[in-house]
Amino acid sequence: MQEIWEILKTLDYSPLWISLKTGLVATVICFFLGIWTARSVMRMGKRAKAFVDGLLTLPMVLPPTVAGFFLLLIFSLRRPIGSFLYEELSIKVVQTWLGCILAAGVISFPLMYRNARAAFEQVDIELIYAGRTLGMSESAIFWRVVLPSAGPGVVSGTILTFARALGEYGATSMLAGNIAGKTGTISQRIAMVIQNGDYLTAGLWVAIILLISFGIVVVMNLFADAKMKHIKKW
Amino acid sequence: MSLSVQIAKRLQGFTLNISFSAEAGVTALLGASGSGKSMTLRCIAGVEKPDEGSIVLDGRVLYDSKAKIDLPPQARKVGYLFQRYALFPNMTVLQNIDAGLSLERDAHARKTKRESLISRFHLEGLEERVPRELSGGQMQRVALCRMLAGEPEAILLDEPFAALDSHLRWQMEAEVKQTLAEFPGVALLVSHDRGEVYRMSRRVCVLNMGASEPLLDTAELLDRPRTLQTALITGCKNCVPAEMIAQSTVRIPDWNAALGCVPTKGGSITHAGIRAQYISPCEPGTENALLCRVADAEDDVFSRVLTLKPAGGTATLRAEVGKAAGEALCIGSEAWFCLPKEHIMLLSETHEN
Repeated sequence: MQEIWEILKTLDYSPLWISLKTGLVATVICFFLGIWTARSVMRMGKRAKAFVDGLLTLPMVLPPTVAGFFLLLIFSLRRPIGSFLYEELSIKVVQTWLGCILAAGVISFPLMYRNARAAFEQVDIELIYAGRTLGMSESAIFWRVVLPSAGPGVVSGTILTFARALGEYGATSMLAGNIAGKTGTISQRIAMVIQNGDYLTAGLWVAIILLISFGIVVVMNLFADAKMKHIKKW
Repeated sequence: MSLSVQIAKRLQGFTLNISFSAEAGVTALLGASGSGKSMTLRCIAGVEKPDEGSIVLDGRVLYDSKAKIDLPPQARKVGYLFQRYALFPNMTVLQNIDAGLSLERDAHARKTKRESLISRFHLEGLEERVPRELSGGQMQRVALCRMLAGEPEAILLDEPFAALDSHLRWQMEAEVKQTLAEFPGVALLVSHDRGEVYRMSRRVCVLNMGASEPLLDTAELLDRPRTLQTALITGCKNCVPAEMIAQSTVRIPDWNAALGCVPTKGGSITHAGIRAQYISPCEPGTENALLCRVADAEDDVFSRVLTLKPAGGTATLRAEVGKAAGEALCIGSEAWFCLPKEHIMLLSETHEN
């Protein structure tokens, strides 16, 4: 017990903050981008929809290292786009926190997009028609009618997106690397200390990420449940 | 105040082809389910787009495919009462009504309007409830209130009583009727119920597989339908092929009968019909009497429904007689039945236009 306390006192907590920050920023970006993409895909024709949906879902079904490979292909400083971004705009993705966000965002995006789309497709079209005939603007209809109606799906999408982004490992390690205090996330720290045979520290980090992920999911579930108490259970 | 609609739209299975012009007051669109009634309303409201045609409300062009005019629903000033009300489930009654006041920018005016609407529709005390906490009648009142809040120039009612129980129906029909009487503009009522149409509207347009028939007075439509389709949609159970054999005599082979009738002008007669409630037992020798065998008889709520087989005929007739008169007519018995000539409807199968 004394030993654990000693480790906790001297532990470098930077992975915790980096993971939380990454998860949060990636979730905010995915929230808006996912909703916007869901709406755009819904408006597409049948074939375009099947194609684009497939493309957007790929990061969810492929190993994260595949996403990492493509991200490196784009953003590596030795590649045209990557070098252009760095030289012309001073934007560096590889080995930076931006890379963490990008990797986590790309991997967790399908969760937001798919949940949002499924939720929007369930919204009763008559509600939207009613809003239009009543003179509500399209944006008012979206934020005040569609989004609340699609609430459950959007909330669960957001929860899953955050949980996924928080724990992202594969693509992050390839794109952002594991630079302590900069890009070293909890999942990468766990892998690193395990390699050094330090099971106690690894266990502590496992406990921390377990607590956070589980806690957030439970709290958001409770919150979502309270908001949807009128929905009948089956 | 007038609304003229002339639209065509290809739908699954048939083409919507609507043409009518409604004046202020209630005009009904009567048709079987799937005949394109709701789609017509949606095109007028602007939430669906016709393939071609024009919609003009009081000189204001809402839609014109040739002139490439297609006003968004928000700018049409057309109210829509949805079949299941489409109240916003996440908003309170007050917020729902406020949604109807979206176009009113002035907060003070909005408050005044909102308050007068709430008292007009007897919604005091329900302001903070959400739709799922309301009864069917209250929901309809909120929906009416919300629709009228934006002061539309025309209102469209899509099967307004379909979601209500029969005892509530009567009460709400009376309330809606009063609301409609106070409404100065054009009101379109969509229904598949001839009784509702008869009670609520003065003019009616029949829709048959997406095609509209000429506008008629409601009373005329029910008493003197001119086409077979209209007779069927208005609930005529006895419609059979027929031919005119004299100025005022119609021959009906299926019933093995030649019946006296009141001649109509124009149109080639292909069918004849009579409503079930006009057929009654009579003495032999009465004008337009048929000897029939009672093939089947069953009790309805307030009448006895008989299936009659005329002597020598191939088709059956359906008659609804009073319970007292029907008692004696058991299955298998033979009796004379009168088909009064003023109730014989002479019909043509083709559309008049």
